[in-house]
Amino acid sequence: MKLKIRGGRVIDPSVGKDEVRDIFAVNGIIVEPNKAQNAFSADHEIDATNKIVCPGLIDLQARLREPGEEHKATLQTELNAAVSAGVTSVCVPPDTNPVIDTPAMVHMVRQRGRRIQRARVYPLGALTVGLDGNRLTDMAALKDAGCTAVSNGDRIIDNTLVIRRAMQYASTFNLTVFLTPLDHWLKGNGCVHEGEVSTRLGLPAVPEAAEVVALARDLALIETTGVCAHITQISCARSVEKIKEAKQRGLNVTAAVSAHHLHLSEQDIGEFDTRYHVMPPLRSVTDRDALREGIATGVIDAICSDHQPHGFDAKLAPFSESASGIAGIETLLPLTLKLVQEGVISLADAIDRVTTGPARILGIDVGALSPGAPADICVFNPETEKVLDVRKFVSQGKNHPFDGKTLPGVVSNAIVAGVDVLSLGPK
Amino acid sequence: MPAETSPARPASLQLSSDHRLLHFLTVEGQSRNQLLSILDTAKHFATSNPEIKKQNATLLSDHTVVNLFFEDSTRTRTTFEIAGKRLGASVINLNTARLSTKKGETILDTVRTLEAMETDIFVVRDSASGTAHLIARHVPSHVHIINAGDGRHAHPTQAMLDMFTIRESKGDFSNLRFAIVGDILHSRVARSQIAALQILGAREIRVIAPATLLPTEIERLGVSAYTNLDEGIVDVDVVMMLRLQLERMEGQLIPSSQEYFRCYGLTQERLNRAAPDAVVMHPGPMNRGLEIASEVADSERSLILSQVKNGIAVRMAIMAELVGLRPGAAS
Repeated sequence: MKLKIRGGRVIDPSVGKDEVRDIFAVNGIIVEPNKAQNAFSADHEIDATNKIVCPGLIDLQARLREPGEEHKATLQTELNAAVSAGVTSVCVPPDTNPVIDTPAMVHMVRQRGRRIQRARVYPLGALTVGLDGNRLTDMAALKDAGCTAVSNGDRIIDNTLVIRRAMQYASTFNLTVFLTPLDHWLKGNGCVHEGEVSTRLGLPAVPEAAEVVALARDLALIETTGVCAHITQISCARSVEKIKEAKQRGLNVTAAVSAHHLHLSEQDIGEFDTRYHVMPPLRSVTDRDALREGIATGVIDAICSDHQPHGFDAKLAPFSESASGIAGIETLLPLTLKLVQEGVISLADAIDRVTTGPARILGIDVGALSPGAPADICVFNPETEKVLDVRKFVSQGKNHPFDGKTLPGVVSNAIVAGVDVLSLGPK
Repeated sequence: MPAETSPARPASLQLSSDHRLLHFLTVEGQSRNQLLSILDTAKHFATSNPEIKKQNATLLSDHTVVNLFFEDSTRTRTTFEIAGKRLGASVINLNTARLSTKKGETILDTVRTLEAMETDIFVVRDSASGTAHLIARHVPSHVHIINAGDGRHAHPTQAMLDMFTIRESKGDFSNLRFAIVGDILHSRVARSQIAALQILGAREIRVIAPATLLPTEIERLGVSAYTNLDEGIVDVDVVMMLRLQLERMEGQLIPSSQEYFRCYGLTQERLNRAAPDAVVMHPGPMNRGLEIASEVADSERSLILSQVKNGIAVRMAIMAELVGLRPGAAS
């Protein structure tokens, strides 16, 4: 199987190259252009003139709802949604039901993903058994089963001794630990940022300190254990400061931010609009601008979608009782390109934050277009704008606050292992 | 690299495109004229003239009002019931405990069922902030929602009856200093009072509470915050006390009732620091000896009983306004 992508503007952040050239792949692997050009008879040729060709997007955090919540979405619907938006690799947290805490569960999720033959699935192994925050999982076995990282998903570990031991044990096997900093007590039953809007609307609030206190604790433990850690989502200016400082001190730590936190603030909640109910909450405009600066300077390494599809009625409740989350996988690229449009970040850096950046965090070999890399490629038109219509989402989840807004970037091809899976249509 | 900032949006769900009042969800975002018009109509309804009372008794005769109370209340529900009946409406009371779990009948299911029975006005109370907004967003345009208290967010009819009482007692708002004292953090009454006083042009609004009961960035609502009652009460014309719900305090927000009364209880001695003709208000029910001393509550400075009485006329005025009636207004 030979693939040729002709005449596109190829942006490969892994080597810092941005040039118009052809891309060749044989049997799912990218090959040297010079050698291939002569007598390369492609089985499939894509005309990428006036389009951008970049590594396929890697989403570091997406809930696909399977197993356990198939009434909201399935691996099949969500992996179709992923490739429709140029996302060729999806990292799924272990907080499914049952929890991904055994090698059998890892195999099950990976195998289901492979059978669907759309985007690649990278399950994170659970850090503690059943995410109970108490007993460590068989991490060596999880690693053998294919996990490159472990996490406690959306469940908070209160016990600092357990966190420390989990870090020590994970570091024994060179597993990256994914952490979501949130202090259980300070969060309480909060559902919005503690600030002007929580005060005005009288909604239970999550102070910025709920994140910063937990992050400071985690960073202290990362430093002493030497574990390689990734902070899955930060939401405020002081967290950006903390990550910057930790990196300057040489800690082995990376961080991500959700695409929506780079565009929205508490002010967007308006009159209790539950589509803006997310966790961590949307914070102040100042926080959002600090996150933007963090992503531009590279203090924050990656942008994730934090995709959380819900049924239509999950948001039809009083704000504090509505389900939190946005079905964001189909807007990961458009919202990232919107940052370029708004002059926040260069196109090459923006692409880095959703391709090479996440690949480095996961320690996987996709996210590059150099010879020998898996041919996972996204081709898109950066100029074309589209009005977002949630009813046309491929995802089962239609919960998205940008419904009706115009966003840049239309994906024409999503190639996984040398095959244009988008052109195959939904499975 | 700031993006275009989205300014705080005014409440709009309750207003039609031509600024007519469709629902009464919050005081925020309403115009000064709108509030004054309601107060004027309430004045008309507060009459003891039997002829006018008789005319009023048929104004809403072809209307159905449903009091949909997901949270217990006797006082507010009763005044709404009386208000509706004095206007000739059919009034139905539904006190229904709500499961906050996602299972079972949802709030919107309940509302749709009742709406199918041709309800014109829903008076809604719930323990969650935003419930009245949620319902208003999902009813057809001929159905009106009155917020009778949603979580910590708003209690706009209470604020309006307070404004009515102040106007009766003091007249114009622009020369007056106000102090709201107590659990600001959990108080929907305080939030609505602040909004109403702002719109009506109060000279100064102070909020007074220990730091644990003052919400973050409260100054952004246009008030000055005090943690010391003795300082905050100086020269104030109207002292608006809030009810302290001890069971909410968890032993952390305030340590004990004794300590609270010691620091924030309104005594005659403290009231003497306010303006010489200062008046005292309380939305009730009062905790005597906790937030207010009996000598103050029962003194001639207290407007507390007038507040209860005015509640009926103000709620009549709001119901009339929603269905487009302004009896008593100069034509």
